[in-house]
Amino acid sequence: MAAPNQRMEVTLDTQLESVDLAENIVTRVAEAAGFGEDDLHKLGMAVREGVINAYNYGNCQDKRKKIHLAVELDPETMVVHVVDEGCGFELSDVEDPLAEENLLRTSGRGIFLMRAFMDDLAVRRGPTGGADLVMSKKLPHRVSGNGKS
Amino acid sequence: MSLRGTCREVGDVAIVDFSGRITLGEGSATLRTTVRELVTAGHRKILLNLGDVDYIDSSGIGELVGAYTTVRGASGELKLMQLTKRVRDLIQITRLFTVFDVQSDESAAISAFRTK
Repeated sequence: MAAPNQRMEVTLDTQLESVDLAENIVTRVAEAAGFGEDDLHKLGMAVREGVINAYNYGNCQDKRKKIHLAVELDPETMVVHVVDEGCGFELSDVEDPLAEENLLRTSGRGIFLMRAFMDDLAVRRGPTGGADLVMSKKLPHRVSGNGKS
Repeated sequence: MSLRGTCREVGDVAIVDFSGRITLGEGSATLRTTVRELVTAGHRKILLNLGDVDYIDSSGIGELVGAYTTVRGASGELKLMQLTKRVRDLIQITRLFTVFDVQSDESAAISAFRTK
């Protein structure tokens, strides 16, 4: 994989305020990259869900741990990493929130929403063993294919 | 913008007009507390007006489901009305249209309570 043209990293505290902060950071970068209102909403929500996942499940609300947010832009794609300092997990272990028996659960929809709102979602192992949520979305002019930039 | 809820009654239906965002933290807690207080006060027909709620995240969805089970657990009914497009889309993709009774407006919602 080619190196991104631009990369920005932010280290966030494990606290509720980091959820809004991450959403704001990523939507501003995405807006500058040319995403429209609907995609900005989807990107913001996906990142929000990623940071909620890191806050609640990865770092277990432990304020000593950090959440690492990175945004990469190349000519075709925007990629967002949300890395926690927990124990990591496998996507295959995540239950389907659309299954009849899970519909009345009050949690467990975050990964589903990230997948729904981004083009691709992968979970890797971060440098400290935590989860590295890697979500990507094609830049708008690449989706439309109309040559505009 | 955090979540604000204003309660009123039409006949035996308790209506909560919410405005703001139902998200992790304060917004979710406001929804939870409001519905629990209504149930504790004896209300069994509860209508949540989400017309001015423009954003719900997975925690907010979870809280709506929790409100539904709280009211059902007290042998009551909970309905939603006036969903914005984004909230409607979210309820749709999470298959919660099969759980919630979603009404377009207040008179239709109140009628739906009466036909039960």
